[in-house]
Amino acid sequence: MYEHDVLVIGGGGAGLRAAIAAHEEGADVAIVTKLHPVRSHTGAAEGGINAALRDADSWEDHAYDTMKGSDFLGDAPAIETFAKNAPDEVINLEHWGMPFSREEDGRVSQRPFGGLSFPRTTYAGAETGHHMLHTMYEQVVKRGIEVYDEWYVSRLAVTDHDDPEDRVCHGCVAYDIKTGEIAGFKADGGVILATGGLGQAFDHTTNAVANTGDGPAMAYRAGVPVEDMEMIQFHPTTLPSTGVLISEGVRGEGGILYNDEGERFMFEEGYANNEGELASRDVVSRAELTEVNEGNGIEDEYVHLDMRHLGEDRILDRLENILHLAEDFEGVDGLEEPMPVKPGQHYAMGGIEVDENGETCINGLYAAGECACVSMHGANRLGGNALPELLVFGARAGYHAGGRDLGEARIDTGPSAMSEEEDVNTPISPGAVDAGDEDIAADGALVDPSEVIDHHVTAEERRVEELLEKDDGVNHAEVRADVQETMTENVNVFREEGNLKEALEDIRVARERYQDVYVRDPSRTFNTDLIHTIETRNIMDVAEAITLGALAREEFRGAHWRQQHQERKDDEWIKHTMLAWNDGNPEIYYKPVVLEGENKTYEPKERSY
Amino acid sequence: MSTEIKEKETETETEAETEPAESSHKTRRMEQKRQRAAQRDLEEEAREEVDEAEETVEIKVFRFDPEVAGKEEPRFDTFHVPFFKGMTVLDALIYARDHYDSSLTFRHSCRQAICGSDALFVNGTQCLGCKTQIADLEDHLDSTIRIEPLPHQEVVKDLVVDMEHFYDQMEAVEPFFDADELPDGELEEQRQDRENREKIKMSTRCIWCGACMSSCNIAAGDNEYLGPAAINKAYRFAMDEREGEDRKQQRLNIIEQEHGVWRCQTQFSCTEVCPKDIPLTDHIQELKREAVKNNLKFW
Repeated sequence: MYEHDVLVIGGGGAGLRAAIAAHEEGADVAIVTKLHPVRSHTGAAEGGINAALRDADSWEDHAYDTMKGSDFLGDAPAIETFAKNAPDEVINLEHWGMPFSREEDGRVSQRPFGGLSFPRTTYAGAETGHHMLHTMYEQVVKRGIEVYDEWYVSRLAVTDHDDPEDRVCHGCVAYDIKTGEIAGFKADGGVILATGGLGQAFDHTTNAVANTGDGPAMAYRAGVPVEDMEMIQFHPTTLPSTGVLISEGVRGEGGILYNDEGERFMFEEGYANNEGELASRDVVSRAELTEVNEGNGIEDEYVHLDMRHLGEDRILDRLENILHLAEDFEGVDGLEEPMPVKPGQHYAMGGIEVDENGETCINGLYAAGECACVSMHGANRLGGNALPELLVFGARAGYHAGGRDLGEARIDTGPSAMSEEEDVNTPISPGAVDAGDEDIAADGALVDPSEVIDHHVTAEERRVEELLEKDDGVNHAEVRADVQETMTENVNVFREEGNLKEALEDIRVARERYQDVYVRDPSRTFNTDLIHTIETRNIMDVAEAITLGALAREEFRGAHWRQQHQERKDDEWIKHTMLAWNDGNPEIYYKPVVLEGENKTYEPKERSY
Repeated sequence: MSTEIKEKETETETEAETEPAESSHKTRRMEQKRQRAAQRDLEEEAREEVDEAEETVEIKVFRFDPEVAGKEEPRFDTFHVPFFKGMTVLDALIYARDHYDSSLTFRHSCRQAICGSDALFVNGTQCLGCKTQIADLEDHLDSTIRIEPLPHQEVVKDLVVDMEHFYDQMEAVEPFFDADELPDGELEEQRQDRENREKIKMSTRCIWCGACMSSCNIAAGDNEYLGPAAINKAYRFAMDEREGEDRKQQRLNIIEQEHGVWRCQTQFSCTEVCPKDIPLTDHIQELKREAVKNNLKFW
């Protein structure tokens, strides 16, 4: 058994920031990650990091933009904590050597981004995430923080109390990909989930192959509610063939969207008369798909993003990376021709329910970054707000787990925060097919930390043994592809009740097939067949959670649009969709959105750009 | 949560419960038969896709697993993959794995040349699988594409190599920003002029893929040689004016040691294979000049 004060699961931006913070508090912290940290998908973030750095700007304006962008589904304490701390975090990065793009006077540059009332997006070319990830990993190396890389965490070591709020997380179980060793990891200070995105629940996504929602799925099965899972951001500018992201920075610098008629449709068709291409991402994605559905798409599939008029110098200076991406992954020269783009799954606003200090309702279990839901993005995340989020809340989770007093959180977590129950009609029973498959210890009063971990190690060894021993069965890749296809087909930008139900049925069929899944590769050495098979289970759980949330929320808010409910219903729906695993029989309930900030209450207004 | 249709679910649960534990011999055999059929369907589907595809490519992939019978001795397996426009080497590998042999092992994650996981040796050249278009390979439809793990590194399995040595060399150059002093005051940033940022720009693009190190003859012969990636990392900090003279001094001392910059014989192989177009050889040469200047200063 490996022992540390604090364990961070995931080596991307949130994980690295959390580890540095815990280390600053004097904790013995280790990072356990299925990829070497520099392989993490934070590195693919392109556009930038929002922070109110200048005198003409203020954290209050940043908070308001974020709340408005969230379509009033974000919680004010989370948003205000975020906006206040973002500037310090950006300057921190600068002090750690981040190669930001610069102004003539040598200060960090900022550019306009969608939904922002001030050009407050700091950046490093169009590869901001890459530089941020490497800058923070460098600081981890400098501090000598231990990293278990290519160790796959497959289970949390949580006690078996009936009420999730009584449960304690003592560590986790991880599988050493290189050797096949299954080991327990113990942490008395806390376990911080920082596993990133869940885009692999969809088949057209900007997310990496590794973004399989491991954190949300593990926390959910261990008893932590997942929040606002239906809120999925579809980025308006992804390359049609691969889903590779073309940064919002292109539009921030002045890039223009055209339909097949050569119309600048964002203005000419009235989708966003003021902001045009720089309207919020959900608005632009729906506009593009509406154009395509009305027959104005190119090849009935995509629209054009043109940046040629910006000139070669400016493009090379600020968007060079975009030229490479368009060339390498779509065969298009962005200096000579417009780039084809269409919406693609990009980001999960929802996730593991946490408070401003990163704590879940399970004692000792934290989450930060994309896998978590504080909630600050609500129904729609603004471009440039993900990177500062993982800095601010990664740091807070790390400090808190490391022992720093951050004050009482204002956001309530756990089933006790429920304000209203829900009974949604589903065509199938969602949840576990096999009730014996539980992620909490289930044999009586197991409370001793080491015993809890041993119990989970044994359970994991048994699961791996079973998967490896079967000689025959279903290949997980088929099951995964089925889930991804139904999600992109039925739980996309435009959502309709019948389609959502169809997706639930498809996921159920996938769950049943998964009962027969087997791992063809018998090896203990670098068995990616095994790892992907375990990940596919997580993909099914998060896909189902997304779909259940989408079915429950009968309104149109932010990224979530429903065919039969095309209006925002503030009287009824300013509340978070919560989903509890409930030992395999998922339950939906709601908890209130907190609109009361420190000095003011945010009044929901129509969100127009 | 209420359910519209109950029966279906109960039925399958019973099935599921009895299956793994102690199902009768017959049920088990039936089940196996059904599953074998499913696997056959998958392979059949692949065959059909290959037949239907107007063009296919043949990839020959290095296989090795120290603990699996038949794979302990390295061998090559050949897969036929339907070709589509825009297909990359990584796409071909994924197709082969998902349709023919799920034990085919290779690292990959972002699919967009930023995570640096999938540096491979394709037709005798180091490259990123995700960034290498099949159509750009010579005679891609007529001849076999040979895919091997990065040379000069220990093979863990199939196309996966041990990256530990590479990481050790990266860490040996103290790869972290370390300013002599930081500005005081709230939200006070260090200033950096645009020229200086431009100077280090290319060096900061490194994605740690290891292609350069694998292509370097010197690194192949001298295991202690820092290698192009690590020296480039040192360059990135030594040239960053925010760090200050003292730190630069220490950095030059590191890269000037016996297995540092002077080993480089300017063969440019690293520069040629770098998927991020970093002028590695130029950076190494510039550090040599800096080191000479530096030594003269203390004379």
